Amino acid sequence: MTPVLKITDLHKSFGDLKVLTGIDLTVHKGDVVSLIGASGSGKTTLLRCVNLLEEFERGSIEIAGEAIGYRDEGGRRRRRPERQIARQRAMTGMAFQQFNLFPHMTALKNVMLGLVKTKKLGQDEARAVAEKWLDRVGMIERKDHYPGQLSGGQQQRVAIARAIAMNPQLMLFDEVTSSLDPELVQEVLAVVRDLAADGMTMLIVTHEMRFARDVSTKVVFMHQGRIAEEGPPEQIFGAPKSERLAGFLANSEI
Amino acid sequence: MDYDFNFAVIWRNWDLLASGLGLGLLLAVVSIAIGCVIGLVAAFGMLSKHRVLRWLALSYVSAIRNTPILVLILFTYFALPELGVALDKIPSFILTLSIYAGAYLSEVFRAGLVALPKGLREAGLAIGLTEMKIKAYIIVPVMLRNVLPSLSNNFISLFKDTSLAAAIAVPELTFYARKINVESFRVIETWMVASLIYVATCYAIASVLRRFEARLAIPR
Amino acid sequence: MDLSFFLDNLWNARMSLLSGFGKTLVISLASVILGSGLGVLVGLALSYGNLATRFVLRVYTDFLRGTPVFVLILACFYVLSVVGVDLSAFQAGVLALTLFCSSHVGEIVRGALAAIPKGQTEAAKSIGLTFGQTFASVLLPQALRQILPTWVNTATEIVKASTLLSIIGVVELLLATQQVISRTYLSLEFYFFAGFVYWLLNFLIEQAGRAVERRVSIPQ
Repeated sequence: MTPVLKITDLHKSFGDLKVLTGIDLTVHKGDVVSLIGASGSGKTTLLRCVNLLEEFERGSIEIAGEAIGYRDEGGRRRRRPERQIARQRAMTGMAFQQFNLFPHMTALKNVMLGLVKTKKLGQDEARAVAEKWLDRVGMIERKDHYPGQLSGGQQQRVAIARAIAMNPQLMLFDEVTSSLDPELVQEVLAVVRDLAADGMTMLIVTHEMRFARDVSTKVVFMHQGRIAEEGPPEQIFGAPKSERLAGFLANSEI
Repeated sequence: MDYDFNFAVIWRNWDLLASGLGLGLLLAVVSIAIGCVIGLVAAFGMLSKHRVLRWLALSYVSAIRNTPILVLILFTYFALPELGVALDKIPSFILTLSIYAGAYLSEVFRAGLVALPKGLREAGLAIGLTEMKIKAYIIVPVMLRNVLPSLSNNFISLFKDTSLAAAIAVPELTFYARKINVESFRVIETWMVASLIYVATCYAIASVLRRFEARLAIPR
Repeated sequence: MDLSFFLDNLWNARMSLLSGFGKTLVISLASVILGSGLGVLVGLALSYGNLATRFVLRVYTDFLRGTPVFVLILACFYVLSVVGVDLSAFQAGVLALTLFCSSHVGEIVRGALAAIPKGQTEAAKSIGLTFGQTFASVLLPQALRQILPTWVNTATEIVKASTLLSIIGVVELLLATQQVISRTYLSLEFYFFAGFVYWLLNFLIEQAGRAVERRVSIPQ
């Protein structure tokens, strides 16, 4: 079975600063993989490389067998044309820490935009799909509200619906609760948990350790741009093999 | 294009251009100083509890900001004498520019005052200061430091507006540029140089003020 | 001040004043429309152009914004005839105001696009939109709402600057008023009247702008 995501020897630098120094990671259909680690460990950068919001210098990322962003042309690495990259980005869905909802559109229109423009659905079909996913995240009552009229938790749920409605092969969650007031965190985590239970393939960057332990099929601990330890949640949280991970967990709430 | 560039006449008249520039800067400085006082009064007026004061301040600001400055200049110089207020060119221009500056600065100050946390005034009351003292020692000093960037922008605008003094024959930079242009026919050189002097002066003012801002700003 | 005397003279002068007012409107409309069109292109180029384009346009906007509009008008008026471009005073004036407007609008557009958070583009990318789709559906609607108030302000600045064309002999409202004054000696009344007309025009433009703002504002 072709894995949903296959990252091979990924390297990324910001100028002189090496942020990712050789990442190998495989995610199969139905996997829920959590990326944990200290700030600066590279976990968010890794996530953002998967949908090419960040470029990478070496290595490859394959989604359902297709090389993302770059192509091997006669031994030389070439960047794919923008249109192809746009299409490839639609294979994944991303939910951002800052939600990034389009403020001038209602919740419904936010979810419909990608369906109409990228997937080229008709207005009625797009509306039906959008309403279905808004309902799924519990936001159907507020479909005609603007982001400015919604709470942080509500906005994030709409943002998740916007990403999932595109029917991606892989969902990317970038610290989706880090900007939320504490009382709003649970409603968003509940949505993610629910989607995971339904078999959605996910790659999650999070600081919520309890959540990571509960929902993940695999946990990856990153440190200074490489994968320091990976394994099932029971091992990572219950019996960490490295001192570094043990130290990290001791400092985090678990 | 058949044109013989000859900057000699410009160099010969450098003293006129320099004195024109100096006068322009002087007019700007005096006007913004007076304008600050007017603007502060108007800003407090706009935020006052009394409806009449608010209306007066708002009318002043609206009237001046929507009227072309050239009309104001001509009115002050040519029409006011009929009401008994006959001023020479330079005082007349300074009066006009100050009132003009006051209207724009009042908006800057009003926004600055509104942005201050209420706690500032309450802290002043708590240590027994009167409203007037609170305004003088706390509110205005803090607000002024916060609005320094806006103040700088306004000053640069005002400096450019001094070019209009030429309309009533005040001997500032534009007046002399026009004189040189008409007398020497060195059209391109004159206006190139005049324009360059203004642009360069604006840049210079901006960087001086920025350094000033950095020194005066409240450390964060 | 004899009100009925003034009104008599006002009525007698109505045709020339109306004609002047019409001229003012034509000057303002032409400059705002041409200048804004050009300004949008400049703003887009400043936001998305290559390094060389952005450098050239930066110099263009900085130069135009650092020069007083009066100097721009005089420069266009005097210089163009010398280089063989035969423009009437009216055309030279509109050209100067168009360039002036374009530099301001260019900066407004650049600023508005830059103010949109990067996350908006990233979210659009993540749902597979191309740059063209992102610009049309996500960036432009947000930028337009941001641009509107400042653009209305620029439009009123152009209306006010149209008065400067009187100095190069274009018979717009101010010069028409001055001509009436030279006949009737009622400088106080007629300058006040002209000032009022300009105030009213700009006030209406401001109100129209605010109405449009309210219409397109996003519910919070």
